[in-house]
Amino acid sequence: MPRLEPRGEPSRAMSYASPVLAVALTLLSGYFLFSFLGKDPAQAFLVFFVKPLSTAYGIGELCLKATPLILCALGLALGFRANVWNIGAEGQLTIGAIVGGGMALWLHDVTNAWLLLPLMMVAGALGGMAWGAIPAFLRTRFNTNEILVSLMLVYVANLLLSWLVRGPWRDPQGYNFPQSPMFHDAALLPVLAQGIRTNIAFPVALLFAAVCWVFVAKAFAGFRFTVAGLAPAAASYAGFSAKRNIWLAFMIGGGAAGFAGVAEVAGPIGQLQPSISPGYGFAAIIVAFVGRLHPVGVVLASLLMSLLYIGGETAQIQMALPAAVTGVFQGILLFYLLAADLFIHFRLHWKRPRVATTHPTKEAT
Amino acid sequence: MVDTDNIMAPRLQLRGITKRYLDVVANDDIDLEVKPGEIHAVLGENGAGKSTLMKIIYGVTRPDTGTISWEGREVAIGSPAQARALGIGMVFQHFALFETLTVAENISLALDERIKPAKLAPRISEVSAGYGLPVDPDRLVHSMSVGERQRVEIVRCLLQNPKLLIMDEPTSVLTPQAVVKLFETLRRLAADGCSILYISHKLDEIRSLSDSATVLRAGRVTGTAQPRHETSESLAKMMIGSDLPECHVRDREPGEPLLRIERLALKSPDPFGVDLHDITLSVRSGEMVGIAGVSGNGQKELLAALSGETRSMRNEAIMLGQTPVGHLDPAQRRALGLGFVPEERLGRGAVPAMSLAENALLTGSHGKVANGGMVRRGFVRNKIVRQFARDVIARFNVKSRNEQVGASSLSGGNLQKFIVGREVMLDPQILIVAQPTWGVDIGASMLIRQTLLDLRDRGAAVLVVSEELDELLMICDRLAVIADGRLSVTVRTRDTSVETIGTWMGGQFADAILTGGESMRA
Repeated sequence: MPRLEPRGEPSRAMSYASPVLAVALTLLSGYFLFSFLGKDPAQAFLVFFVKPLSTAYGIGELCLKATPLILCALGLALGFRANVWNIGAEGQLTIGAIVGGGMALWLHDVTNAWLLLPLMMVAGALGGMAWGAIPAFLRTRFNTNEILVSLMLVYVANLLLSWLVRGPWRDPQGYNFPQSPMFHDAALLPVLAQGIRTNIAFPVALLFAAVCWVFVAKAFAGFRFTVAGLAPAAASYAGFSAKRNIWLAFMIGGGAAGFAGVAEVAGPIGQLQPSISPGYGFAAIIVAFVGRLHPVGVVLASLLMSLLYIGGETAQIQMALPAAVTGVFQGILLFYLLAADLFIHFRLHWKRPRVATTHPTKEAT
Repeated sequence: MVDTDNIMAPRLQLRGITKRYLDVVANDDIDLEVKPGEIHAVLGENGAGKSTLMKIIYGVTRPDTGTISWEGREVAIGSPAQARALGIGMVFQHFALFETLTVAENISLALDERIKPAKLAPRISEVSAGYGLPVDPDRLVHSMSVGERQRVEIVRCLLQNPKLLIMDEPTSVLTPQAVVKLFETLRRLAADGCSILYISHKLDEIRSLSDSATVLRAGRVTGTAQPRHETSESLAKMMIGSDLPECHVRDREPGEPLLRIERLALKSPDPFGVDLHDITLSVRSGEMVGIAGVSGNGQKELLAALSGETRSMRNEAIMLGQTPVGHLDPAQRRALGLGFVPEERLGRGAVPAMSLAENALLTGSHGKVANGGMVRRGFVRNKIVRQFARDVIARFNVKSRNEQVGASSLSGGNLQKFIVGREVMLDPQILIVAQPTWGVDIGASMLIRQTLLDLRDRGAAVLVVSEELDELLMICDRLAVIADGRLSVTVRTRDTSVETIGTWMGGQFADAILTGGESMRA
């Protein structure tokens, strides 16, 4: 029987190999899953992972869907580094969309995009921050669990959006569909090139990743985050305020998710709908961990997760696979990642324990 | 119990025991023999391999090679349960008792057979009375002192009628008077035929207690001895391979008080913690003051209040120089010239997963170091951080490849040298040190003590909180004792004795408070 044996020091190689291993195992499980569903696995892989990347439009879609993931996951990853568990990026994203989108609806007669778009983006980010401020305040003031509070606020935000698009913000000319009027042109983010839907939010997300990298690698505030995450007692000994970390983590995370929300409604969606995110805020949790809580890793993991979303859609259309297959892949990926992460701190020990030559209990009388 | 075939056989015999961890050889070809009824000491510094060897005997770890013979027969001890079935009991250095359960419930849980606590209680009373170990089976553990908890552990072992009792550094949690009592119990046990393996690095104890000793150094046996016929010096030589180093204490006239604690009272946030009552103390420039006491008497709470990690007290209860700091956080107090070395090195004093350079930044971020600070406009200046870490490593003889090595890869002594060095290099006016040499080898201990003395000589005020009374007597100008959250008056070290301090450690210093007041102030 192999035994788990603690490593003397966490393995750096394994911490990089773990996501790769998790992806490989996910693909292997996908092979069995597709076979079980009676589909040709080779065909399924082609449809799932290769076809979306075979056209410029497909690559554009990849970047488009990666954008909210990058933004949300970067914010979350910073917080996770400091043991601040913001699980509510989905809600902060929704509020960002509501506040930013509300700005577009309210200022529908402003035609200067240079004025309107920055205003919407800032409003969206502030909206996300405000939503993040609730768990931050409750945690620092009453020591409530930020995981539960931020998670529950996701549903509050979704209900708020649902009420708005069914009630006060419903499009009068919308045949009673629960959605707002389409935003006017000045309230839509410009696309990067003709023929693709990727908009200006993608380079902004990459820029944010660079800023996060500087924060993590160079800034003293980033160092305080890392210390708080690795050794809370050492942070308290050094006098790094836990409250300041919690506030900062929720402000960065909420702001980034809020920006992602408004970028969605001012980008591919173009209006407010009851559902503006297929769970980007939750998928971002997986992305943050697959990306090793590191900005560069988060960007790569976001692209992978985006491919899962797009591949899932393609597979749905071309192979009549159920929509749930995307969620299944996300879950499998996280599962394997957590399992593989065990081997960062432990290794398998194959040597069999020696069998007792004489059974001592019989002699001890 | 003993049949004629193996009447001369040793109770326990180890031959060629070797155990490797990764690239460290913890035990290298160790032979050891314990006779029936013998008190056998295993002497060695921290890291010499004593604990590994005991874990092998108690079945917690397996040796890579070598044999274990029990009463003349070779055995493989696969688990602590097997060890107990053979008749081996072990009292660990850190007790595993449930605070919220009674003594009888705790013991009932720990026994291999299932006996109801109510049935166990009379047996506990019987054994504890028989060996002079007063323990009330119905008492809740959280209300007991550390010494009393140790008795519970010993009674637990004795209930299984052990033929070999392993004691791992048992006196580190006891007052000098309690040590005397423990030794009486151990001698009585040995007279009844129980062998005792006694692990320690304290030479005097071993000389007064044990019949024979095996000395370990760096995983190897460096000698066996009859401690009664040895001097502390000769034992030390076997243990560390050279003469005992000494540190030099120069007489010095202290100056102005730099740290003042005035009527500090603090309720512990932990329900099983110790509340602090009316603590008053001052430490002056160029003076080293020690706080002695058995652990768990409020040291942790007092240290947290001084460092600023707990802050629910009057602002004036703690003064650094002329500034009241009761409400300031640790970083603000550090900015006022306070340095602090916590008891817990890995996880508090240093971040285990971070490099030494990053650990230098932990407390040095806003300290005065060469070429300006380590942080400018919110950004870390890595060159200066690394230079500072290299300076600490060089000046305090920290054995480490470079400053990029992870803190967790350093031995306890080396890490402590680094932490003390870091705090001293930041040039504090006041330095508070908890357990400066706990678990540190003798060479490093002396270096650390000398470092503290040098800092005092440069005019800093140094407060040392330690459980090692010998250490405090060696380096401190004045001593106070903490017991049950109250602090005694201070006495000049040269005017006191181990006996007085020992009595105070038991909490009996009320008379001294009434008559003396804070006698040494002014």
